[in-house]
Amino acid sequence: MNKSYVEKAYYLMKLGREFEYRAKEEYMKGNIAGFLHLAIGEEAVHVGASLAFGKGDLFVHYREHVWALARGMDPKYVMAELFGKVTGVSKGKGGSMHLYDPKFNFYGGNAIVGAQIPHAVGAAYARKFLGHTEGVMVAFGDGATNAGNFYESLNLAALWELPIIFLCENNYYAIGTRVDRASAIKDLYKKAKPFMVAEQINGMDFFEVFEAVERAKEYIETESKPYFIEALTYRYEPHSMSDPGDYRSPRELKVAHDRDPIEILKKKALEKGLLTEEYIKKIDEKVQQEIEEAVKFALESPEPDLDELYKDVYCEVCTDVVS
Amino acid sequence: MLYREALNKALDEMMEKDPTVVILGEDVGFYGGNYRVTEGLYAKYGEKRAIDTPIAENSIVGNAIGMAIGGLRPVAEIMTVNFSLIAMDQIVNQMAKIRYMSGGKVALPMVVRMPQGTAIQLAAQHSQSLERMFASVPGLRVFVASDSTSAYYGLKFAIELDDPVVFLEHELLYPEKFDFINRPDFNPFKADIVKEGKDITIVSYLKMLHDTLKAVPIIEKELGVTCEVIDLHSLNPLDMDTIGNSIKKTKRFVIVTEEPKTGSFAAEITSRVTEEFFYSLDAPPLRICGEDVPTPYNRKLELASIPTPEKIAQKIISWGKKHGI
Repeated sequence: MNKSYVEKAYYLMKLGREFEYRAKEEYMKGNIAGFLHLAIGEEAVHVGASLAFGKGDLFVHYREHVWALARGMDPKYVMAELFGKVTGVSKGKGGSMHLYDPKFNFYGGNAIVGAQIPHAVGAAYARKFLGHTEGVMVAFGDGATNAGNFYESLNLAALWELPIIFLCENNYYAIGTRVDRASAIKDLYKKAKPFMVAEQINGMDFFEVFEAVERAKEYIETESKPYFIEALTYRYEPHSMSDPGDYRSPRELKVAHDRDPIEILKKKALEKGLLTEEYIKKIDEKVQQEIEEAVKFALESPEPDLDELYKDVYCEVCTDVVS
Repeated sequence: MLYREALNKALDEMMEKDPTVVILGEDVGFYGGNYRVTEGLYAKYGEKRAIDTPIAENSIVGNAIGMAIGGLRPVAEIMTVNFSLIAMDQIVNQMAKIRYMSGGKVALPMVVRMPQGTAIQLAAQHSQSLERMFASVPGLRVFVASDSTSAYYGLKFAIELDDPVVFLEHELLYPEKFDFINRPDFNPFKADIVKEGKDITIVSYLKMLHDTLKAVPIIEKELGVTCEVIDLHSLNPLDMDTIGNSIKKTKRFVIVTEEPKTGSFAAEITSRVTEEFFYSLDAPPLRICGEDVPTPYNRKLELASIPTPEKIAQKIISWGKKHGI
C-alpha cells in the first residue's frame, strides 16, 4: 500500500479520535448539547472506507463526525456545528447528526435509522443516468439491517444494477440491544447475499477495510452492480451521551480495547515501514493543535442571528415570490 | 382538455425540455399510470426516465430525494395519497428538512404527485384527504390542482421550483373535462377568484371547488346574495392576501373542504381569517368539511361523509338565515 495513504490514515484516525474525546469533554462542559454519538473505536471503518472510496457521493448515519473529517471537512467547521454556531458546516441548524457538504460529496448525517439508504440508491441512479464514473457509498449500522428501508434498497440496487457500496458497520449494538437479539440472521452480510456480492471483514483493521472498499469500488464501477461489506467493529463509548451504557461487561469492553484500530494500524505500519515513530509523534502534536484551534474557533464563533430562523426553509427565489 | 391530459402534457413538456426530469412510481412507465396520467411517456422517453418502481412508497420518495441530490429533477408518483403514509418519514423527516438541516447547502428540486379524496366506494383505506398533514410541515410546498389549467401550469411550476413540492390531485377529477385557458404567467402561489360576488367569500379547492360552484346559484337565489368563490392553487404558501381582500369586501367567510373537520386544513385557514380579519367579519366563519369518520363503503353512507353540492347549499343557506344574511 502507498505510504502516503497510510500516513493520511493515521492522521485522520488520530484526528477523529481526539476530536471525539474533545467533543465529549465539551459536552460535559455544556458547550455541546442534544444528542452526541461518538465513533471512538470505529475509526478504521470511517477513515479506511472514505480514503479507499475517493470522491464519490457518501451518505452516512448520525455517528458521523469522523466520517466528515475523513471526507476532508475542516474540524473547525465541524466542531462549530456541534457548538451550534453560525460558522458550523450547517450554520448551526443541523448539529452533530446533520453535517452536510456537497463540496466533499458528503450528504449527511441522518437521525432516522436507515433513512439514508434510499437516498444513496437514488443518488446512484442519478449518477449512473448522468454518466458519472464515480459510484455511491452508504454506511449504516447493524440496527438498520432489520428495517424495511434496508431490504427495499438491496432489492432496488440489484434490480437497477446500481454502482453502490452498502457498508454495514456492525458494532454489535442498536443502542442497548445486541445484534443477535434483534437479527434472525447473525452474520449480517448474509442478508445481502441473495442480491449482490457480499463479504464480512474485520473493521478494526484499517488495511482490511481499505482493501475491501477498494475492491468494492473497482467492482461497482466496472460492473455497475452493488456490493455489500459488513465491517465488524465496536464503539467504545455508549450509544450517545444520554446512554449509561451499562449493558456491556467490563470484560467485553476490555477485549474491544485490546484490538484498538489505531494501535493495530500503528503496529502494522511500523512493521512494514509505512510509518515512523517520528512521524507519529509529529502527527500527534499536529492533531492536538488542530483540535485546540477547532475548539477555540467554535467557542469564539458567533451564534446565528435570529433571522437565520426563517432562512433555508425554502429556496430564496420561492421566498421572494411569496413576499 | 381532460384533467389527466393536462397533467400528462405538463410532464411531457418538462421531460422534453429538461433531460434531467424523470418520473418514477408504481406502474408509471410501461403500464402508463393507474390513472393514465403518465401514458405515452415510457414509449417516448424510455425506461430510464419513466421509471417503474416496486410497491415500496418509502423508497419511491427516498430514491427521489437521492436523485435530486444526484442532479436530477424527479417527479415521483404515489399512486394515491393513502399510500403516502408508508413514505411519511421520507416526506416529513427527509424531504422537508434536508435544506434547513444543511444550512441551505442541499436543495431538493423534486415533486411528489398524488391523488387524494373520496372517489366511489373504495372504502376507508383508499378514500381520504390528507392535505392537512403536508401543509402543516415546514419545508414542503403543497399545491392543489382544481382543473386542467391549474393542473398543467401548477405542475410545470412545481417541477421548475427548487423546493420539494407535494402536488395533490383529486381522483375523481382525472376524467373530467375543463376549458383550458392559456395563462403563461400562472403562479400557483396566487389564488384565483373564479367567481366574483359581494356578500359571501367561499374558499375551496380540488373537487369541492366544483361542488361549491354548483351550489352557488341555489345559495344566491335563496338568500338573494352574490358569492365570491376563491380557488386556492397552493396551501403552502397560502395566499391570505386574496382571501383577506375578498373578506373585507363581503364581510363573510366560508370554507369548503372534503377532509374530516377536526384538525382540518380548513380549521387552519379559518383560524387565520379569524385572527387577521376578525373586525371585517359580520358573521361567524363557516367550515363545511367531511364528517369525522373513516370513509364508509356503502354509497349512501359515503355520500353522507363528504360535502355535496346539495349539502353545501343547504348549510350555507341555513347559516346565512341564522346570521341575517
